[in-house]
Amino acid sequence: MLQVQGLQVSFTVYTQGLRQRRLTVITDLDVTVRAGEVVAIVGASGSGKSLLAHAILGILPHNAELGGSISFQGKPLTQARKEALRGRAIALIPQTVAALDPLMPVGEQVRLAALRGGVPAAGAREVVAASFARYGLAPEAARLHPFQVSGGMARRVLVSTAVVGQARLLIADEPTPGLHPEVVTETLGHLRELADGGKAVLMITHDIEAALRVADTVAVFYAGTTVEQAPARDFAGGGEALRHPYTRALWRALPSQGFVPLPGAQPAPDALPPGCLFADRCPLVTAACRVARPPARELRGGTVRCIHA
Amino acid sequence: MLKGEGLGVRYGKQLPWLFQDLEVALEPGEMVGLTAPSGRGKTTLARVLAGYLRPTAGIVTIDGRPPPTTGYHPVQLIAQHPELAVNPRWRIGRVLAEGVPPAPAVLDALQIDRGWLQRWPHELSGGELQRIAVARALNPQTRYLMADEMTAMLDAATQAQIWHAVTVYAAAHRIGVLVISHDASLISRLCRRVEVLPEPPAICTAAQMDAEPGLRGGH
Ligand code: SF4
Repeated sequence: MLQVQGLQVSFTVYTQGLRQRRLTVITDLDVTVRAGEVVAIVGASGSGKSLLAHAILGILPHNAELGGSISFQGKPLTQARKEALRGRAIALIPQTVAALDPLMPVGEQVRLAALRGGVPAAGAREVVAASFARYGLAPEAARLHPFQVSGGMARRVLVSTAVVGQARLLIADEPTPGLHPEVVTETLGHLRELADGGKAVLMITHDIEAALRVADTVAVFYAGTTVEQAPARDFAGGGEALRHPYTRALWRALPSQGFVPLPGAQPAPDALPPGCLFADRCPLVTAACRVARPPARELRGGTVRCIHA
Repeated sequence: MLKGEGLGVRYGKQLPWLFQDLEVALEPGEMVGLTAPSGRGKTTLARVLAGYLRPTAGIVTIDGRPPPTTGYHPVQLIAQHPELAVNPRWRIGRVLAEGVPPAPAVLDALQIDRGWLQRWPHELSGGELQRIAVARALNPQTRYLMADEMTAMLDAATQAQIWHAVTVYAAAHRIGVLVISHDASLISRLCRRVEVLPEPPAICTAAQMDAEPGLRGGH
């Protein structure tokens, strides 16, 4: 359904006066999502992984440059196609209620999303009612404004807005930000059901535990690159089945695992090392690692960018 | 000891209590977990203890005396979003120099790259900025730390790194830490004692809970 290969996103920024600087925020991002599958991209917050969603939807800011390739349903996703498909075949489940119109009742917003998604106007009210029922929203809730709904309800409205049309690919950007466990479980359940119903779901998150609860595949994002794509079942035990040293460190850092800290910090986008991006923190680093960016290669049913994996 | 006695908060005479008659005690050097479903006022309690919000009822004391009302507050609050806690127009170096500058050992423990000091807040990632916010609070004038979902938005590696630095510093300097989190495994890693905020005393409808600022949308 969706294939992203070697995606690059960089920005031209002006610093002090008119000095130009190019910031490469995404260097080499690969991810594939098939129908019926939940794929999670897991990475540090503020590391630029949301730009993937923006790149797919064609809503990057003007000073951004895009490289690599994105294809959807087998055909290249050009800017014109992105604009044609956005809100229709490809829909976003946004991070927060801030994405809703504060002045419009939530029912009306779901109805407009249905119309945009290709639902005929005559049947839109029924479709909205069905969607409300499906997500456990009382019919009266349709008249509420976004500020009147609770955090959990807001998530249901957001999901409802995204799926009321005929989207084939759903992108959920940080669907579980600091929510209470029941709301997290419910939200993750919605994503799983959508995939089981035949949609392709791409979930972008910092929360690896949440990702592992629903995803079939996890792509690990580090310093702008996907260092590994692994089946979710590989996250087990001491992480022996995992391929990249960073993925293993991430797994072992979980409070439910070893809670082992990983020394150091990610390199800044304007100070990326020439070789492997993880070299400065990697326990297995050798001189060869610092020569060139390790290319992605297939390994044990996943992919990895590490020459020693 | 940091103590809250008979604490209660409500946002109007007609509105129900968010919590009432709450007793809290935190010893120097102790790490205590605090959990409860959303809407019970965990964030509000942290704000009361850190002096950001005057409770409707009850008092907060440190070693039997009310905390100072001016100058540096010995109870520091670190919340989920560091972007809201630093001045966006100051370089990181200036953000850190405000108040009591942290010791180099603290910057090292939090793995703060000295290159960040020249940068603007928006140039750092969430995890990097949160380390700055934590570094700012780890100084000799801080006696207690209210960590309100402090690492909820961070990746696991950064979360473990920050908590290791905080745990070591708090033990060495006898700082009491209140760990507010939805993550039960995080709390059980850090705390021997866990408190659960009781159900609100009055019947509290969803609409009324939503009236409390700072609790909607999970924050
Ligand atoms: S290429 Fe080298 S430095 Fe990079 S992850 Fe692999 S072993 Fe570590």
